[in-house]
Amino acid sequence: MFTFFLYSTAISFLVYSFYKDKKKTKQALKKGYKSFTNILPEFLTVLLLIGLVLSLLNPQNISKLIGSSSGILGILIASIVGAITLIPGFIAFPLAKALLDYGAALVPIAAFVSSLMMVGVVTIPLEIKYFGKKLTYTRNGLAFVFSILIALLMGVMPWVV
Amino acid sequence: MGSIRRYKWVILLGFLLLISYIIKPDFGLKAVNLTWYNFKQMLSVLPPIFIILGLLDVWVPKETMIRLMGKGSGLRGGTLAFLMGAAAAGPLYAAFPVAQMLLIKEASLINIFIFIGAWSTTKIPMFLFETSALGMGFSLSRLLLNIPIIIIIAILTLKICSPREQLAIYENAKNL
Repeated sequence: MFTFFLYSTAISFLVYSFYKDKKKTKQALKKGYKSFTNILPEFLTVLLLIGLVLSLLNPQNISKLIGSSSGILGILIASIVGAITLIPGFIAFPLAKALLDYGAALVPIAAFVSSLMMVGVVTIPLEIKYFGKKLTYTRNGLAFVFSILIALLMGVMPWVV
Repeated sequence: MGSIRRYKWVILLGFLLLISYIIKPDFGLKAVNLTWYNFKQMLSVLPPIFIILGLLDVWVPKETMIRLMGKGSGLRGGTLAFLMGAAAAGPLYAAFPVAQMLLIKEASLINIFIFIGAWSTTKIPMFLFETSALGMGFSLSRLLLNIPIIIIIAILTLKICSPREQLAIYENAKNL
């Protein structure tokens, strides 16, 4: 759906732009191609990292790691697992729901969901290329701390589950 | 030589994948399959993104972006940055090229950090899905907690950046 939207937007923009100004359109495509090839090594690195990491941390292993842990250590494990993995929401949310149904505590699950979305350990090589080391580590570090805070706050809200 | 150095991590990780396949074939095969699946996924998403970004680069004047999201764009700029990020459904790695575009057009750093934060965690297209899986109490609380947190992270990240480092980020974006 998202992909379809992207392609139709790109193609209609492209056609309109080409109709308006051929030279500018050519220049735009050149620019797009250049920024794509410049970032390609980092993209491929991230892809390989995802492949390796997700084979270790597949949904079954994630369930084992998060489902059985509790207390402060459990929250920490859940946020670390969330920070390292990179799975789309349409897999993560049902997984979180299944774990909750299975008896997992709310706070670790919320910490997992939060850090999964905000922290991206495997995408760090890519982020560094754009923002440099300092900013990348700061953003991810802060996001990690705050995702635990969000989870703790959600734990004291009676209406959450 | 230059291109080998650029691809050193790709080569190294590819080698690791090969070794894991030799030692533990089922694990290695799974890793290869996952990488391949994500590769196809990424290849299907990236070309239109880079085409759109290239077109925006030549058609949108810098002045427009500065007015909308540059220094002094205030609350309106921040809100726009937030909405742009929240409207996206793509994975976080797709946000960085868009951020680069915003940097080239001189949007302010705080707005760019807000954009990244919103893209990462407050996804409007995913909201209904999250609600159906985990309930309105969960999804709405998470969304409302995330809005101030995104702004706090953006402010703190900016605080640790000296003016010279900020300039370097803009320069880097132009040369990428």
